[in-house]
Amino acid sequence: MSTESTTGSGATTRATGVPSAADPAAPALRATGVGKSFTARKGEVVALTGVELEVAPGEFVSLIGPSGCGKSTLLRLIADLDAPTSGELTIFGKPAHQARLDQDYGIAFQQAGLLPWRSVGANIALPLELHGVERAARAARVAELAELVGLTEFVDRHPDELSGGMQQRVAIARSLAAKPRLLLMDEPFGALDEMTREYLQSELARIAAETGAAVVFVTHSIPEAVFLSDRVVVMSPRPGRITDVVATPLGARRDDGLRESPEYYAHVTAVREALHGTPTHRPGEP
Amino acid sequence: MSRRTSAILWGVLGVLAVVLLWEGYKALGPAEGVVIGAVPGEAGSGVLILPRTHDRAMPHVWDMVARLFAPTSGGSTPPLWVSVLGAAGLTLGIAAVGWVIGVVVGGVLGALMQRWRLLEWGLLPWIVVSQTVPLIAFAPIVNSMGLQLGRGGGFEWPQWVSVAVIASYLAFFPVAIGVLRGLAAPDRIHLDLLRSYAAGYGATLWRLRLPAAVPYLLPALRLAAANAVVGAVVAEVSIGMRGGIGRMLLQLAGQASADPAAPWGPTFGAIALGLVAAGSVALLGLGLRRYRRGEATA
Ligand SMILES: Nc1ncnc2c1ncn2[C@@H]1O[C@H](COP(=O)(O)OP(=O)(O)O)[C@@H](O)[C@H]1O
Ligand SMILES: [Mg+2]
Repeated sequence: MSTESTTGSGATTRATGVPSAADPAAPALRATGVGKSFTARKGEVVALTGVELEVAPGEFVSLIGPSGCGKSTLLRLIADLDAPTSGELTIFGKPAHQARLDQDYGIAFQQAGLLPWRSVGANIALPLELHGVERAARAARVAELAELVGLTEFVDRHPDELSGGMQQRVAIARSLAAKPRLLLMDEPFGALDEMTREYLQSELARIAAETGAAVVFVTHSIPEAVFLSDRVVVMSPRPGRITDVVATPLGARRDDGLRESPEYYAHVTAVREALHGTPTHRPGEP
Repeated sequence: MSRRTSAILWGVLGVLAVVLLWEGYKALGPAEGVVIGAVPGEAGSGVLILPRTHDRAMPHVWDMVARLFAPTSGGSTPPLWVSVLGAAGLTLGIAAVGWVIGVVVGGVLGALMQRWRLLEWGLLPWIVVSQTVPLIAFAPIVNSMGLQLGRGGGFEWPQWVSVAVIASYLAFFPVAIGVLRGLAAPDRIHLDLLRSYAAGYGATLWRLRLPAAVPYLLPALRLAAANAVVGAVVAEVSIGMRGGIGRMLLQLAGQASADPAAPWGPTFGAIALGLVAAGSVALLGLGLRRYRRGEATA
Protein backbone atom coordinates (compact mmCIF):
# COMPACT_ATOMS: atom_id res chain seq x y z
CA MET A 1 0.00 0.00 0.00
CA SER A 2 3.04 2.25 0.30
CA THR A 3 2.78 3.21 -3.35
CA GLU A 4 -0.76 4.51 -2.89
CA SER A 5 0.57 7.89 -1.84
CA THR A 6 2.64 8.19 -5.00
CA THR A 7 -0.28 7.85 -7.37
CA GLY A 8 -2.68 10.65 -8.05
CA SER A 9 -1.58 13.93 -9.55
CA GLY A 10 1.70 12.78 -11.09
CA ALA A 11 2.61 16.44 -11.33
CA THR A 12 5.86 15.99 -9.42
CA THR A 13 7.40 13.85 -12.15
CA ARG A 14 6.48 16.02 -15.10
CA ALA A 15 9.13 18.63 -15.44
CA THR A 16 8.30 19.68 -18.98
CA GLY A 17 5.16 20.08 -20.97
CA VAL A 18 1.97 21.28 -19.48
CA PRO A 19 -0.47 18.40 -19.36
CA SER A 20 -3.89 19.73 -20.16
CA ALA A 21 -6.16 19.35 -17.18
CA ALA A 22 -8.06 16.10 -17.16
CA ASP A 23 -11.71 16.15 -16.24
CA PRO A 24 -11.81 14.32 -12.88
CA ALA A 25 -15.34 13.08 -13.49
CA ALA A 26 -14.63 11.86 -17.03
CA PRO A 27 -14.34 8.14 -17.69
CA ALA A 28 -10.87 6.71 -18.20
CA LEU A 29 -11.93 5.77 -21.70
CA ARG A 30 -14.93 6.54 -23.85
CA ALA A 31 -15.31 5.15 -27.36
CA THR A 32 -18.29 6.23 -29.41
CA GLY A 33 -19.02 4.72 -32.79
CA VAL A 34 -15.37 3.83 -33.36
CA GLY A 35 -14.55 2.07 -36.63
CA LYS A 36 -11.31 1.25 -38.40
CA SER A 37 -10.74 -0.09 -41.88
CA PHE A 38 -7.47 -0.87 -43.58
CA THR A 39 -6.99 -0.70 -47.30
CA ALA A 40 -5.34 -3.99 -48.13
CA ARG A 41 -4.37 -5.38 -51.53
CA LYS A 42 -7.62 -7.30 -51.79
CA GLY A 43 -9.72 -4.23 -51.07
CA GLU A 44 -10.89 -2.87 -47.78
CA VAL A 45 -10.64 -4.79 -44.49
CA VAL A 46 -13.05 -3.66 -41.80
CA ALA A 47 -11.06 -4.34 -38.65
CA LEU A 48 -13.53 -2.65 -36.28
CA THR A 49 -17.01 -1.24 -36.54
CA GLY A 50 -19.40 0.57 -34.23
CA VAL A 51 -17.39 0.18 -31.03
CA GLU A 52 -19.12 1.70 -28.00
CA LEU A 53 -17.21 1.32 -24.75
CA GLU A 54 -16.79 3.19 -21.52
CA VAL A 55 -14.23 2.35 -18.84
CA ALA A 56 -14.50 3.99 -15.42
CA PRO A 57 -11.43 5.27 -13.56
CA GLY A 58 -9.82 2.37 -11.70
CA GLU A 59 -11.85 -0.22 -13.57
CA PHE A 60 -10.24 -3.37 -15.01
CA VAL A 61 -11.72 -4.30 -18.38
CA SER A 62 -10.60 -7.18 -20.58
CA LEU A 63 -11.11 -7.50 -24.32
CA ILE A 64 -11.53 -11.10 -25.40
CA GLY A 65 -12.28 -12.75 -28.71
CA PRO A 66 -10.84 -14.98 -31.41
CA SER A 67 -7.77 -13.70 -33.21
CA GLY A 68 -8.47 -11.20 -35.94
CA CYS A 69 -11.46 -9.68 -34.15
CA GLY A 70 -9.70 -6.34 -33.78
CA LYS A 71 -8.54 -6.39 -30.15
CA SER A 72 -5.07 -5.13 -30.94
CA THR A 73 -6.48 -2.62 -33.39
CA LEU A 74 -8.81 -1.20 -30.73
CA LEU A 75 -5.93 -0.91 -28.27
CA ARG A 76 -3.76 0.84 -30.86
CA LEU A 77 -6.57 3.30 -31.55
CA ILE A 78 -6.92 4.05 -27.84
CA ALA A 79 -3.15 4.57 -27.65
CA ASP A 80 -3.25 6.88 -30.71
CA LEU A 81 -0.77 4.62 -32.49
CA ASP A 82 -3.34 4.47 -35.30
CA ALA A 83 -6.18 6.83 -36.13
CA PRO A 84 -9.79 5.60 -36.24
CA THR A 85 -11.61 5.79 -39.56
CA SER A 86 -14.77 6.84 -37.82
CA GLY A 87 -16.03 7.67 -34.35
CA GLU A 88 -14.41 9.33 -31.40
CA LEU A 89 -12.11 8.25 -28.58
CA THR A 90 -11.53 10.22 -25.41
CA ILE A 91 -9.26 9.42 -22.48
CA PHE A 92 -10.15 11.21 -19.25
CA GLY A 93 -12.19 13.55 -21.39
CA LYS A 94 -9.34 14.44 -23.78
CA PRO A 95 -8.86 13.35 -27.37
CA ALA A 96 -6.61 10.27 -27.62
CA HIS A 97 -3.90 12.32 -29.34
CA GLN A 98 -3.67 14.79 -26.47
CA ALA A 99 -3.72 11.94 -23.94
CA ARG A 100 -0.73 10.39 -25.68
CA LEU A 101 1.19 13.66 -25.60
CA ASP A 102 0.39 14.00 -21.89
CA GLN A 103 1.44 10.38 -21.18
CA ASP A 104 -1.94 9.68 -19.62
CA TYR A 105 -1.62 6.01 -20.42
CA GLY A 106 1.07 3.37 -20.10
CA ILE A 107 1.29 0.54 -22.60
CA ALA A 108 2.68 -3.00 -22.71
CA PHE A 109 2.65 -5.58 -25.49
CA GLN A 110 2.99 -9.33 -25.88
CA GLN A 111 6.71 -8.86 -26.44
CA ALA A 112 8.41 -7.05 -23.59
CA GLY A 113 10.10 -4.77 -26.14
CA LEU A 114 12.98 -3.78 -23.87
CA LEU A 115 15.91 -1.96 -25.44
CA PRO A 116 18.72 -4.55 -25.31
CA TRP A 117 21.50 -2.00 -24.83
CA ARG A 118 19.86 -0.46 -21.76
CA SER A 119 19.97 -1.89 -18.26
CA VAL A 120 16.71 -2.84 -16.57
CA GLY A 121 16.75 0.42 -14.64
CA ALA A 122 17.44 2.50 -17.75
CA ASN A 123 14.63 0.72 -19.57
CA ILE A 124 12.17 1.56 -16.82
CA ALA A 125 13.43 5.14 -16.83
CA LEU A 126 13.05 5.62 -20.60
CA PRO A 127 9.56 7.20 -20.56
CA LEU A 128 10.63 9.50 -17.73
CA GLU A 129 13.79 10.52 -19.60
CA LEU A 130 11.74 11.39 -22.66
CA HIS A 131 9.47 13.55 -20.57
CA GLY A 132 12.36 15.47 -19.10
CA VAL A 133 12.18 14.16 -15.54
CA GLU A 134 15.43 15.04 -13.82
CA ARG A 135 17.95 12.41 -12.87
CA ALA A 136 17.36 12.21 -9.11
CA ALA A 137 13.59 11.96 -9.44
CA ARG A 138 14.08 9.33 -12.14
CA ALA A 139 16.34 7.20 -9.97
CA ALA A 140 13.88 7.37 -7.09
CA ARG A 141 10.98 6.36 -9.30
CA VAL A 142 12.96 3.49 -10.85
CA ALA A 143 13.81 2.14 -7.40
CA GLU A 144 10.16 2.36 -6.41
CA LEU A 145 8.98 0.55 -9.55
CA ALA A 146 11.67 -2.11 -9.37
CA GLU A 147 10.46 -2.88 -5.90
CA LEU A 148 6.84 -2.94 -7.03
CA VAL A 149 7.58 -5.63 -9.61
CA GLY A 150 10.10 -7.43 -7.39
CA LEU A 151 13.22 -6.78 -9.49
CA THR A 152 15.26 -4.60 -7.14
CA GLU A 153 18.33 -6.83 -7.42
CA PHE A 154 18.19 -6.77 -11.20
CA VAL A 155 18.14 -3.04 -12.03
CA ASP A 156 21.72 -3.11 -13.30
CA ARG A 157 21.29 -6.24 -15.41
CA HIS A 158 20.56 -6.21 -19.12
CA PRO A 159 17.45 -7.71 -20.72
CA ASP A 160 19.35 -10.64 -22.25
CA GLU A 161 20.21 -11.79 -18.73
CA LEU A 162 16.53 -12.03 -17.72
CA SER A 163 13.90 -14.72 -18.20
CA GLY A 164 10.81 -13.96 -20.30
CA GLY A 165 8.68 -13.48 -17.21
CA MET A 166 11.18 -11.07 -15.69
CA GLN A 167 11.38 -9.11 -18.94
CA GLN A 168 7.63 -8.79 -18.95
CA ARG A 169 7.73 -7.50 -15.37
CA VAL A 170 10.23 -4.86 -16.48
CA ALA A 171 7.85 -3.92 -19.31
CA ILE A 172 5.02 -3.54 -16.80
CA ALA A 173 7.19 -1.40 -14.54
CA ARG A 174 8.08 0.77 -17.54
CA SER A 175 4.41 1.15 -18.48
CA LEU A 176 3.76 2.42 -14.95
CA ALA A 177 6.72 4.81 -14.88
CA ALA A 178 4.87 8.04 -15.65
CA LYS A 179 2.12 7.16 -13.15
CA PRO A 180 -0.55 6.77 -15.80
CA ARG A 181 -4.14 6.42 -14.66
CA LEU A 182 -4.83 4.15 -17.62
CA LEU A 183 -2.90 1.02 -18.52
CA LEU A 184 -3.19 -0.57 -21.97
CA MET A 185 -1.98 -4.15 -22.27
CA ASP A 186 -2.02 -6.32 -25.37
CA GLU A 187 -1.71 -10.00 -24.37
CA PRO A 188 1.21 -9.18 -22.06
CA PHE A 189 1.36 -12.74 -20.71
CA GLY A 190 0.58 -14.45 -24.00
CA ALA A 191 4.12 -15.69 -24.60
CA LEU A 192 4.73 -16.99 -21.08
CA ASP A 193 4.37 -20.45 -19.57
CA GLU A 194 1.32 -21.23 -17.45
CA MET A 195 3.10 -21.00 -14.07
CA THR A 196 4.65 -17.62 -14.78
CA ARG A 197 1.40 -16.49 -16.27
CA GLU A 198 -0.67 -17.19 -13.15
CA TYR A 199 1.98 -15.62 -10.97
CA LEU A 200 2.05 -12.45 -13.05
CA GLN A 201 -1.75 -12.31 -13.15
CA SER A 202 -1.79 -12.13 -9.35
CA GLU A 203 0.98 -9.54 -9.46
CA LEU A 204 -0.88 -7.43 -12.00
CA ALA A 205 -4.10 -7.61 -9.96
CA ARG A 206 -2.17 -6.36 -6.94
CA ILE A 207 -0.39 -3.61 -8.88
CA ALA A 208 -3.62 -2.42 -10.50
CA ALA A 209 -5.28 -2.26 -7.08
CA GLU A 210 -2.30 -0.47 -5.51
CA THR A 211 -1.96 2.15 -8.22
CA GLY A 212 -5.67 2.62 -8.76
CA ALA A 213 -5.12 2.73 -12.53
CA ALA A 214 -7.83 1.72 -14.96
CA VAL A 215 -6.73 -1.17 -17.19
CA VAL A 216 -7.74 -2.22 -20.69
CA PHE A 217 -6.37 -5.73 -21.04
CA VAL A 218 -6.37 -7.77 -24.24
CA THR A 219 -6.32 -11.54 -23.88
CA HIS A 220 -7.63 -14.68 -25.52
CA SER A 221 -7.70 -16.63 -22.28
CA ILE A 222 -11.12 -16.79 -20.60
CA PRO A 223 -9.79 -17.70 -17.11
CA GLU A 224 -7.27 -14.88 -17.31
CA ALA A 225 -9.93 -12.36 -18.29
CA VAL A 226 -12.27 -13.46 -15.49
CA PHE A 227 -9.57 -13.59 -12.85
CA LEU A 228 -8.39 -10.05 -13.53
CA SER A 229 -11.41 -8.09 -14.69
CA ASP A 230 -14.39 -6.21 -13.41
CA ARG A 231 -15.94 -6.55 -16.85
CA VAL A 232 -15.12 -8.70 -19.86
CA VAL A 233 -15.82 -7.28 -23.30
CA VAL A 234 -16.52 -10.05 -25.80
CA MET A 235 -15.60 -9.35 -29.43
CA SER A 236 -16.25 -11.10 -32.70
CA PRO A 237 -14.50 -10.92 -36.10
CA ARG A 238 -15.52 -10.08 -39.68
CA PRO A 239 -16.22 -7.28 -39.07
CA GLY A 240 -14.58 -6.78 -35.67
CA ARG A 241 -17.13 -5.59 -33.15
CA ILE A 242 -18.25 -5.87 -29.55
CA THR A 243 -20.91 -8.55 -29.19
CA ASP A 244 -21.34 -8.76 -25.44
CA VAL A 245 -20.14 -7.34 -22.15
CA VAL A 246 -20.05 -9.70 -19.16
CA ALA A 247 -19.76 -8.24 -15.66
CA THR A 248 -17.42 -10.38 -13.55
CA PRO A 249 -17.50 -8.77 -10.11
CA LEU A 250 -15.24 -10.75 -7.82
CA GLY A 251 -14.34 -8.00 -5.40
CA ALA A 252 -10.89 -6.85 -4.38
CA ARG A 253 -9.59 -10.31 -3.46
CA ARG A 254 -7.70 -11.57 -6.52
CA ASP A 255 -5.51 -14.36 -5.22
CA ASP A 256 -5.03 -18.01 -6.03
CA GLY A 257 -7.90 -19.00 -3.73
CA LEU A 258 -10.22 -17.18 -6.10
CA ARG A 259 -9.36 -19.59 -8.90
CA GLU A 260 -11.09 -22.38 -6.94
CA SER A 261 -14.23 -20.47 -6.01
CA PRO A 262 -17.67 -21.25 -7.46
CA GLU A 263 -18.40 -17.64 -8.53
CA TYR A 264 -15.18 -17.66 -10.53
CA TYR A 265 -16.34 -20.80 -12.36
CA ALA A 266 -19.77 -19.27 -12.92
CA HIS A 267 -18.18 -16.22 -14.54
CA VAL A 268 -15.87 -18.36 -16.67
CA THR A 269 -18.93 -20.24 -17.94
CA ALA A 270 -20.79 -17.01 -18.60
CA VAL A 271 -17.91 -15.58 -20.65
CA ARG A 272 -17.50 -18.84 -22.54
CA GLU A 273 -21.15 -18.85 -23.48
CA ALA A 274 -21.00 -15.22 -24.56
CA LEU A 275 -17.98 -16.02 -26.74
CA HIS A 276 -19.37 -19.16 -28.33
CA GLY A 277 -22.88 -17.82 -28.70
CA THR A 278 -21.70 -15.43 -31.38
CA PRO A 279 -23.08 -16.58 -34.71
CA THR A 280 -19.84 -16.27 -36.70
CA HIS A 281 -17.93 -18.48 -34.31
CA ARG A 282 -18.55 -22.26 -34.10
CA PRO A 283 -21.85 -22.13 -35.98
CA GLY A 284 -22.58 -25.80 -35.09
CA GLU A 285 -23.09 -25.04 -31.39
CA PRO A 286 -26.36 -23.86 -29.89
CA MET B 1 42.62 -14.09 -23.55
CA SER B 2 42.96 -17.51 -25.18
CA ARG B 3 40.87 -16.23 -28.09
CA ARG B 4 43.28 -13.36 -28.57
CA THR B 5 46.32 -15.63 -28.42
CA SER B 6 44.84 -17.96 -30.98
CA ALA B 7 43.97 -15.00 -33.21
CA ILE B 8 47.59 -13.83 -33.05
CA LEU B 9 48.76 -17.37 -33.70
CA TRP B 10 46.57 -17.67 -36.80
CA GLY B 11 47.83 -14.31 -38.04
CA VAL B 12 51.46 -15.41 -37.70
CA LEU B 13 50.70 -18.75 -39.34
CA GLY B 14 49.02 -16.96 -42.24
CA VAL B 15 52.06 -14.75 -42.86
CA LEU B 16 54.35 -17.76 -42.61
CA ALA B 17 52.21 -19.64 -45.11
CA VAL B 18 52.43 -16.78 -47.61
CA VAL B 19 56.22 -16.60 -47.17
CA LEU B 20 56.52 -20.37 -47.64
CA LEU B 21 54.35 -20.30 -50.77
CA TRP B 22 56.39 -17.47 -52.20
CA GLU B 23 59.76 -19.06 -51.53
CA GLY B 24 58.50 -22.56 -52.43
CA TYR B 25 57.27 -21.47 -55.85
CA LYS B 26 60.40 -19.42 -56.38
CA ALA B 27 62.53 -22.50 -55.66
CA LEU B 28 60.52 -24.93 -57.77
CA GLY B 29 59.02 -22.82 -60.57
CA PRO B 30 60.77 -22.23 -63.92
CA ALA B 31 62.88 -19.07 -64.04
CA GLU B 32 61.14 -17.72 -67.13
CA GLY B 33 57.66 -18.89 -66.09
CA VAL B 34 55.39 -20.89 -68.35
CA VAL B 35 54.12 -19.34 -71.58
CA ILE B 36 51.59 -21.01 -73.84
CA GLY B 37 50.90 -20.24 -77.47
CA ALA B 38 54.18 -18.40 -77.99
CA VAL B 39 55.19 -17.85 -81.64
CA PRO B 40 58.90 -18.70 -81.98
CA GLY B 41 61.04 -15.69 -82.73
CA GLU B 42 58.34 -13.20 -81.76
CA ALA B 43 59.13 -11.51 -78.44
CA GLY B 44 56.29 -11.06 -75.98
CA SER B 45 53.89 -13.37 -77.82
CA GLY B 46 51.77 -15.99 -76.03
CA VAL B 47 50.12 -15.96 -72.63
CA LEU B 48 52.10 -16.18 -69.43
CA ILE B 49 50.21 -18.66 -67.21
CA LEU B 50 52.85 -19.11 -64.51
CA PRO B 51 54.94 -16.13 -63.37
CA ARG B 52 58.68 -15.87 -63.74
CA THR B 53 60.69 -16.72 -60.67
CA HIS B 54 64.08 -15.12 -61.25
CA ASP B 55 65.31 -12.57 -58.68
CA ARG B 56 64.21 -9.56 -60.71
CA ALA B 57 60.60 -10.76 -60.85
CA MET B 58 60.42 -12.43 -57.44
CA PRO B 59 63.03 -11.25 -54.96
CA HIS B 60 63.63 -13.36 -51.87
CA VAL B 61 61.59 -12.41 -48.81
CA TRP B 62 64.78 -11.80 -46.82
CA ASP B 63 66.03 -9.48 -49.56
CA MET B 64 62.81 -7.47 -49.26
CA VAL B 65 63.27 -7.22 -45.50
CA ALA B 66 66.98 -6.35 -45.80
CA ARG B 67 66.13 -3.69 -48.37
CA LEU B 68 63.98 -1.97 -45.75
CA PHE B 69 67.10 -1.21 -43.73
CA ALA B 70 69.21 -0.03 -46.64
CA PRO B 71 69.26 3.67 -47.64
CA THR B 72 66.16 4.72 -49.61
CA SER B 73 67.98 5.89 -52.71
CA GLY B 74 71.64 5.24 -52.04
CA GLY B 75 74.21 7.50 -50.44
CA SER B 76 73.35 8.98 -47.09
CA THR B 77 69.57 8.95 -47.60
CA PRO B 78 67.60 7.60 -44.64
CA PRO B 79 66.79 3.86 -44.49
CA LEU B 80 63.87 2.75 -46.66
CA TRP B 81 61.65 1.86 -43.70
CA VAL B 82 61.86 5.44 -42.38
CA SER B 83 60.77 6.85 -45.74
CA VAL B 84 58.00 4.26 -45.99
CA LEU B 85 56.78 5.12 -42.50
CA GLY B 86 56.70 8.83 -43.33
CA ALA B 87 54.89 8.28 -46.62
CA ALA B 88 52.40 5.85 -45.08
CA GLY B 89 51.76 8.29 -42.24
CA LEU B 90 50.99 11.09 -44.68
CA THR B 91 48.62 8.90 -46.70
CA LEU B 92 46.95 7.64 -43.52
CA GLY B 93 46.35 11.19 -42.34
CA ILE B 94 44.79 12.18 -45.68
CA ALA B 95 42.72 8.98 -45.76
CA ALA B 96 41.51 9.74 -42.22
CA VAL B 97 40.35 13.19 -43.33
CA GLY B 98 38.62 11.55 -46.29
CA TRP B 99 37.04 8.99 -43.98
CA VAL B 100 35.65 11.68 -41.69
CA ILE B 101 34.21 13.64 -44.64
CA GLY B 102 32.78 10.42 -46.06
CA VAL B 103 31.22 9.39 -42.76
CA VAL B 104 29.60 12.80 -42.27
CA VAL B 105 28.30 13.06 -45.83
CA GLY B 106 27.23 9.40 -45.96
CA GLY B 107 25.59 9.65 -42.55
CA VAL B 108 23.58 12.73 -43.48
CA LEU B 109 22.54 11.25 -46.84
CA GLY B 110 21.56 7.94 -45.22
CA ALA B 111 19.54 9.68 -42.51
CA LEU B 112 17.75 11.90 -45.05
CA MET B 113 16.91 8.92 -47.25
CA GLN B 114 15.66 6.94 -44.27
CA ARG B 115 13.47 9.82 -43.12
CA TRP B 116 11.93 10.61 -46.51
CA ARG B 117 11.11 7.75 -48.81
CA LEU B 118 10.91 10.12 -51.74
CA LEU B 119 14.54 11.11 -51.22
CA GLU B 120 15.53 7.45 -51.18
CA TRP B 121 13.89 6.91 -54.55
CA GLY B 122 15.48 10.04 -55.96
CA LEU B 123 18.97 9.73 -54.50
CA LEU B 124 19.80 6.06 -54.08
CA PRO B 125 20.21 5.26 -57.81
CA TRP B 126 22.60 8.21 -58.21
CA ILE B 127 24.58 7.14 -55.17
CA VAL B 128 24.96 3.65 -56.61
CA VAL B 129 25.92 5.01 -60.04
CA SER B 130 28.46 7.35 -58.44
CA GLN B 131 30.51 4.34 -57.38
CA THR B 132 30.82 3.03 -60.91
CA VAL B 133 32.68 6.12 -62.15
CA PRO B 134 36.34 5.03 -62.50
CA LEU B 135 38.52 6.83 -60.00
CA ILE B 136 41.38 7.22 -62.47
CA ALA B 137 39.15 9.36 -64.68
CA PHE B 138 37.53 11.18 -61.85
CA ALA B 139 40.54 12.13 -59.71
CA PRO B 140 42.17 14.64 -62.10
CA ILE B 141 38.80 16.33 -62.61
CA VAL B 142 38.41 16.87 -58.87
CA ASN B 143 41.93 18.23 -58.67
CA SER B 144 41.54 20.68 -61.54
CA MET B 145 38.17 21.79 -60.18
CA GLY B 146 39.83 22.44 -56.85
CA LEU B 147 42.63 24.39 -58.48
CA GLN B 148 40.15 26.55 -60.38
CA LEU B 149 38.18 27.09 -57.20
CA GLY B 150 41.38 28.21 -55.53
CA ARG B 151 42.29 30.54 -58.38
CA GLY B 152 38.82 32.05 -58.36
CA GLY B 153 38.82 32.50 -54.61
CA GLY B 154 42.39 33.79 -54.50
CA PHE B 155 43.82 30.96 -52.37
CA GLU B 156 45.96 27.96 -53.07
CA TRP B 157 44.11 24.66 -53.20
CA PRO B 158 46.43 22.09 -51.63
CA GLN B 159 46.73 18.81 -53.49
CA TRP B 160 46.13 16.76 -50.38
CA VAL B 161 42.63 18.22 -50.12
CA SER B 162 41.85 16.79 -53.55
CA VAL B 163 43.14 13.42 -52.39
CA ALA B 164 41.01 13.58 -49.25
CA VAL B 165 37.92 14.52 -51.27
CA ILE B 166 38.48 11.59 -53.62
CA ALA B 167 39.02 9.24 -50.66
CA SER B 168 35.75 10.49 -49.16
CA TYR B 169 34.03 9.80 -52.48
CA LEU B 170 34.71 6.11 -51.98
CA ALA B 171 34.19 6.19 -48.21
CA PHE B 172 30.75 7.77 -48.13
CA PHE B 173 29.01 4.99 -50.04
CA PRO B 174 29.01 2.14 -47.50
CA VAL B 175 28.17 4.64 -44.76
CA ALA B 176 25.15 6.00 -46.63
CA ILE B 177 23.83 2.48 -47.24
CA GLY B 178 24.63 1.33 -43.68
CA VAL B 179 22.90 4.33 -42.12
CA LEU B 180 19.89 3.96 -44.41
CA ARG B 181 19.47 0.30 -43.43
CA GLY B 182 20.53 0.73 -39.81
CA LEU B 183 18.18 3.58 -38.97
CA ALA B 184 15.31 1.54 -40.39
CA ALA B 185 16.31 -1.46 -38.25
CA PRO B 186 14.34 -0.87 -35.01
CA ASP B 187 11.43 -3.20 -34.35
CA ARG B 188 7.90 -1.96 -34.83
CA ILE B 189 7.23 -2.45 -31.10
CA HIS B 190 10.08 -0.12 -30.15
CA LEU B 191 8.89 2.55 -32.56
CA ASP B 192 5.36 2.21 -31.19
CA LEU B 193 6.65 2.55 -27.65
CA LEU B 194 8.59 5.72 -28.41
CA ARG B 195 5.53 7.11 -30.15
CA SER B 196 3.46 6.30 -27.09
CA TYR B 197 5.94 8.36 -25.08
CA ALA B 198 5.33 11.23 -27.52
CA ALA B 199 9.02 11.19 -28.54
CA GLY B 200 9.82 13.37 -31.57
CA TYR B 201 12.12 12.49 -34.48
CA GLY B 202 15.25 13.72 -32.69
CA ALA B 203 14.61 11.78 -29.50
CA THR B 204 13.71 8.66 -31.48
CA LEU B 205 16.88 9.02 -33.55
CA TRP B 206 19.14 9.43 -30.55
CA ARG B 207 17.60 6.93 -28.16
CA LEU B 208 16.42 4.24 -30.55
CA ARG B 209 17.42 4.47 -34.21
CA LEU B 210 21.13 5.20 -33.76
CA PRO B 211 21.75 2.61 -31.03
CA ALA B 212 19.82 0.03 -33.05
CA ALA B 213 21.89 0.93 -36.12
CA VAL B 214 25.26 0.17 -34.50
CA PRO B 215 25.45 -3.44 -35.79
CA TYR B 216 24.95 -2.03 -39.32
CA LEU B 217 27.23 0.96 -38.79
CA LEU B 218 30.38 -0.85 -37.68
CA PRO B 219 30.84 -2.91 -40.85
CA ALA B 220 29.98 0.20 -42.88
CA LEU B 221 32.63 2.24 -41.07
CA ARG B 222 35.17 -0.55 -41.56
CA LEU B 223 34.44 -0.69 -45.27
CA ALA B 224 34.63 3.09 -45.44
CA ALA B 225 38.09 2.99 -43.83
CA ALA B 226 39.34 0.44 -46.35
CA ASN B 227 37.81 2.45 -49.20
CA ALA B 228 39.34 5.69 -47.93
CA VAL B 229 42.81 4.13 -47.91
CA VAL B 230 42.42 2.70 -51.41
CA GLY B 231 40.95 5.98 -52.62
CA ALA B 232 43.78 8.02 -51.12
CA VAL B 233 46.50 5.80 -52.64
CA VAL B 234 44.90 5.78 -56.11
CA ALA B 235 44.17 9.51 -55.99
CA GLU B 236 47.76 10.35 -55.04
CA VAL B 237 49.02 8.41 -58.00
CA SER B 238 46.53 9.77 -60.50
CA ILE B 239 46.92 13.45 -59.59
CA GLY B 240 50.66 13.11 -58.97
CA MET B 241 50.84 14.21 -55.37
CA ARG B 242 54.27 13.77 -53.81
CA GLY B 243 55.12 12.38 -50.39
CA GLY B 244 52.47 9.67 -50.03
CA ILE B 245 52.80 5.92 -50.17
CA GLY B 246 51.08 5.61 -53.56
CA ARG B 247 53.52 7.87 -55.29
CA MET B 248 56.45 6.17 -53.57
CA LEU B 249 55.21 2.76 -54.70
CA LEU B 250 54.95 3.96 -58.28
CA GLN B 251 58.38 5.56 -58.20
CA LEU B 252 60.16 2.51 -56.76
CA ALA B 253 58.26 0.16 -59.05
CA GLY B 254 59.68 2.14 -61.95
CA GLN B 255 63.19 1.31 -60.75
CA ALA B 256 62.36 -2.33 -60.03
CA SER B 257 64.54 -3.79 -62.75
CA ALA B 258 67.59 -2.29 -61.07
CA ASP B 259 66.38 -2.63 -57.48
CA PRO B 260 63.69 -5.35 -57.41
CA ALA B 261 63.28 -5.51 -53.63
CA ALA B 262 62.64 -1.78 -53.25
CA PRO B 263 58.93 -1.58 -54.28
CA TRP B 264 58.14 -4.19 -51.62
CA GLY B 265 58.91 -1.63 -48.94
CA PRO B 266 56.01 0.68 -49.81
CA THR B 267 53.87 -2.39 -50.55
CA PHE B 268 54.32 -3.54 -46.97
CA GLY B 269 53.66 0.05 -45.94
CA ALA B 270 50.35 0.05 -47.80
CA ILE B 271 49.33 -3.23 -46.18
CA ALA B 272 50.21 -1.88 -42.73
CA LEU B 273 48.19 1.22 -43.57
CA GLY B 274 45.09 -0.84 -44.26
CA LEU B 275 45.59 -2.82 -41.06
CA VAL B 276 45.95 0.32 -38.96
CA ALA B 277 42.83 1.83 -40.55
CA ALA B 278 40.75 -1.31 -39.97
CA GLY B 279 42.16 -1.66 -36.44
CA SER B 280 41.13 1.87 -35.54
CA VAL B 281 37.54 1.13 -36.53
CA ALA B 282 37.67 -2.13 -34.55
CA LEU B 283 38.64 -0.06 -31.50
CA LEU B 284 35.58 2.08 -32.12
CA GLY B 285 33.51 -1.12 -32.12
CA LEU B 286 34.96 -2.04 -28.76
CA GLY B 287 33.70 1.24 -27.34
CA LEU B 288 30.23 0.60 -28.75
CA ARG B 289 30.06 -2.97 -27.46
CA ARG B 290 26.94 -2.55 -25.39
CA TYR B 291 24.91 -1.57 -28.44
CA ARG B 292 25.62 -4.98 -29.91
CA ARG B 293 24.10 -6.88 -27.00
CA GLY B 294 20.95 -7.74 -28.86
CA GLU B 295 22.83 -9.25 -31.79
CA ALA B 296 23.22 -12.67 -30.22
CA THR B 297 19.87 -12.96 -28.48
CA ALA B 298 17.16 -10.98 -30.22
N1 LIG C 1 -1.91 -2.62 -40.41
C1 LIG C 1 -2.87 -3.40 -40.90
N2 LIG C 1 -3.11 -3.46 -42.23
C2 LIG C 1 -4.09 -4.23 -42.74
N3 LIG C 1 -4.90 -4.99 -42.01
C3 LIG C 1 -4.74 -5.00 -40.68
C4 LIG C 1 -3.72 -4.21 -40.05
N4 LIG C 1 -3.76 -4.41 -38.71
C5 LIG C 1 -4.78 -5.29 -38.52
N5 LIG C 1 -5.35 -5.64 -39.68
C6 LIG C 1 -6.50 -6.54 -39.85
O1 LIG C 1 -7.48 -6.16 -38.91
C7 LIG C 1 -8.07 -7.30 -38.33
C8 LIG C 1 -7.95 -7.24 -36.83
O2 LIG C 1 -6.61 -7.42 -36.47
P1 LIG C 1 -6.12 -7.36 -34.96
O3 LIG C 1 -6.61 -6.11 -34.34
O4 LIG C 1 -4.64 -7.56 -34.95
O5 LIG C 1 -6.82 -8.62 -34.32
P2 LIG C 1 -6.57 -9.32 -32.91
O6 LIG C 1 -5.60 -8.52 -32.14
O7 LIG C 1 -7.92 -9.39 -32.27
O8 LIG C 1 -6.07 -10.70 -33.21
C9 LIG C 1 -7.41 -8.51 -38.95
O9 LIG C 1 -8.25 -8.99 -39.99
C10 LIG C 1 -6.13 -7.97 -39.50
O10 LIG C 1 -5.75 -8.68 -40.63
MG1 LIG D 1 -3.64 -9.06 -31.37
